[in-house]
Amino acid sequence: MDFNQNYFEIFQLPVNFDLDEDKLAARHLQLQSTVHPDKFVSATDHEKRLSLQWATQINAAYDTLRVKLPRAIYLLALKDVHIEDNPQLDPMFLMEQIELRETLEAIGVQADSEAALQALDVFKVDVDARMADLQLKFAAHYDADLGQAETAVYKLQFINKLRQAADHLEEKLLDY
Amino acid sequence: MALLQITEPGQAQDPHQRKRAAGIDLGTTNSLIASVRGGVTETLPGHDGAHLLPSVVRYTASGTVVGVDAMNAAQQDPLNTIVSVKRMMGRGIDDLKGLGEQLPYEYVAADGGMVRLQTVAGAVSPVEVSAEILKNLVQRGSESLAGELDGVVITVPAYFDDAQRQATRDAARLAGLNVLRLLNEPTAAAVAYGLDTGLEGMIAVYDLGGGTFDISLLRLNKGVFEVVATGGDSALGGDDFDRRIAEWMVAQAGYQSDLNPSQLRTLLSKARTLKETLSDQDSVAVQVAVDDFEFTGELTRDILNELMADLIDQSMKACRRVLRDAGESSVANVVLVGGSTRVPAVRDAVAAFFGITPLADIDPDRVVAMGAAVQANILVGNKPEDEMLLLDVLPLSLGLETVGGLVEKIIGRNTAIPVARAQEFTTYKDGQSAMLIHVVQGERELVSDCRSLARFELRGIPAMVAGAARIEVLFQVDADGLLSVSAAEATTGIKASIEVLPSYGLSEHEITDMLKASIDYAREDIDLRTLTEAKVDAGRVIDALDNALAADGEALLSAADISMLQQGIQTLKTVAEGADPQAINKGVEMLGKASEDFAALRMDAAVREAFTGQQIDALAEEI
Repeated sequence: MDFNQNYFEIFQLPVNFDLDEDKLAARHLQLQSTVHPDKFVSATDHEKRLSLQWATQINAAYDTLRVKLPRAIYLLALKDVHIEDNPQLDPMFLMEQIELRETLEAIGVQADSEAALQALDVFKVDVDARMADLQLKFAAHYDADLGQAETAVYKLQFINKLRQAADHLEEKLLDY
Repeated sequence: MALLQITEPGQAQDPHQRKRAAGIDLGTTNSLIASVRGGVTETLPGHDGAHLLPSVVRYTASGTVVGVDAMNAAQQDPLNTIVSVKRMMGRGIDDLKGLGEQLPYEYVAADGGMVRLQTVAGAVSPVEVSAEILKNLVQRGSESLAGELDGVVITVPAYFDDAQRQATRDAARLAGLNVLRLLNEPTAAAVAYGLDTGLEGMIAVYDLGGGTFDISLLRLNKGVFEVVATGGDSALGGDDFDRRIAEWMVAQAGYQSDLNPSQLRTLLSKARTLKETLSDQDSVAVQVAVDDFEFTGELTRDILNELMADLIDQSMKACRRVLRDAGESSVANVVLVGGSTRVPAVRDAVAAFFGITPLADIDPDRVVAMGAAVQANILVGNKPEDEMLLLDVLPLSLGLETVGGLVEKIIGRNTAIPVARAQEFTTYKDGQSAMLIHVVQGERELVSDCRSLARFELRGIPAMVAGAARIEVLFQVDADGLLSVSAAEATTGIKASIEVLPSYGLSEHEITDMLKASIDYAREDIDLRTLTEAKVDAGRVIDALDNALAADGEALLSAADISMLQQGIQTLKTVAEGADPQAINKGVEMLGKASEDFAALRMDAAVREAFTGQQIDALAEEI
């Protein structure tokens, strides 16, 4: 098994942030049809081990590429850029984040849960737009300016957490 | 008894001969075995003609009884008659306090953490009880199929955690079974429906059994069954309905004292009959008298529905959760599984929630065993051309205990399996040579709110200053959903040895002891068994390599390599004709080693060719 193959190569897809997600899903199934442990139930122990390793590796590759943020982080790693835990970000962006958090909190303490859910929908549309914008920035900078691409990923991480917080609030409001 | 498939020497099995495979639904209330024969999937009856085997085992001074006879003794001999053992699999004594009112057993705490039950035949673990049920089913299987089984697929609730899965595997091992795969029950049901009725698209499987509730969403597309999300409650089922009815009878009768075990059994079994009757009629007369308990009255379906309402709601909440996890708002079809889905209020609630009439064309009691039989038939190699593929997920997040009793998640729930995650740890003391890793399963943030799976003790860490060692621990979950852990120090490459201390399981040592203690084992001539097993193993390796050489030898190997492997096959064949099991095992190992490179080449070639197969490309276009 060639562990030096990168995740894109495993699926024979170009190393690119823009990715044909349907093709990725289809190729994932093709590969699993070939290597899945179910196909090696009566094989030798060594073959079983290989099958487990391959199927595991293919799932890891698929889980990384399928979702945009891990895909972006992986693309940076391919260029030897490893993201930091506490990145420096411009104060403007951080101010914005604080404001967005405050907006979300304000929605959460509304007494009328119907109104809160409606406000939350508007909020999520705004967050998603910001996310899409940052994804475009990453794609545009990845080949030209790695520093900018890296910054876009840090910002995406913030926005992603915000989106998750919005989802959690929604689950709370809907009583999941 | 069925322990392992045994081929007489000189009667080497024709590799193309059909193998005997079966699917087993090891249920809380009833168990079944099914097989595919002549293209037809059917459940197999016992001597009495019944297909459902009550999952009841009675221990007496003179032996064990399984099934209907055991069930009939439950009222007169409640302490020695074990029912609903599935609820105790992989569970500790504290977990069962909630069941105490329902199950009258004398629980004994045991070293491994998993509970034991005190019977006249001594303390038995739930694993041993389940093994008795499995042995009974397998005997049925080998009688119906006229020979020992080559392999079985055993189903487990999708929501079973690692300890419960491991306990099921251990039970199969005690029963001497070759387990091809542990299959999630909803996936099995989807397979039965998918292949029989050609369902496609997003399917919800609502599975309410005697003691467990599962809800799974699967995407079905041309033979690929992809589990998208799964959820449920491993302590919710039809037994809870029975308990509500029993409590209602107690309240109606104004009975104040505690029920004795025999009264409790009687009331629960009466409750079950009442519940079943109310599936077909609107009301039923009730008359119970046991010891000093007496009640006469009427139970209507409306009252029953009220008694069950919050339990059914609980299951609907899990359905909502799973739809949300999957990011879906609707499904194309809903499939009903489990005897408890016969209850009209359950069907109505499911129909109302999903907005479609649920499917129940296949007997909800048998559908799981039938799906498992289909997969067993494929896995054992009877349908080599079949394109079926099952992709399943981890039902509950895996995490590690960190400072302050908090959980750090390492693999999230609904992650596709097999999956592995590497995590790096370091030492906090100079020269520290050992480390304890506590693995838990569940969604909550505190260790105390999750299930403890095991403590892994790493030993043999090379002596270094604090913080210098980099211990990489690999958590691997296989296609059965079972976790294994390995570790190595990254800078030196020294492998740390790992001792697994399962929180609610049996140690390797205990299982070996149980195997030795089992009567079946004693009757066998152990030496002969070892020899026969070695020969079977050798035959399997020779067949596999023969086939592989015929298929890919010329394309991937030099003439010299081919001849080397062929010689290896000849050597093993000669050794396998002898009577020394150790020599045969050694030969198997050597041939395995010699063919490792070839196996890797074949796998790489298969992966390269994965995108060129025509049939598969057609599939790709349509997705």
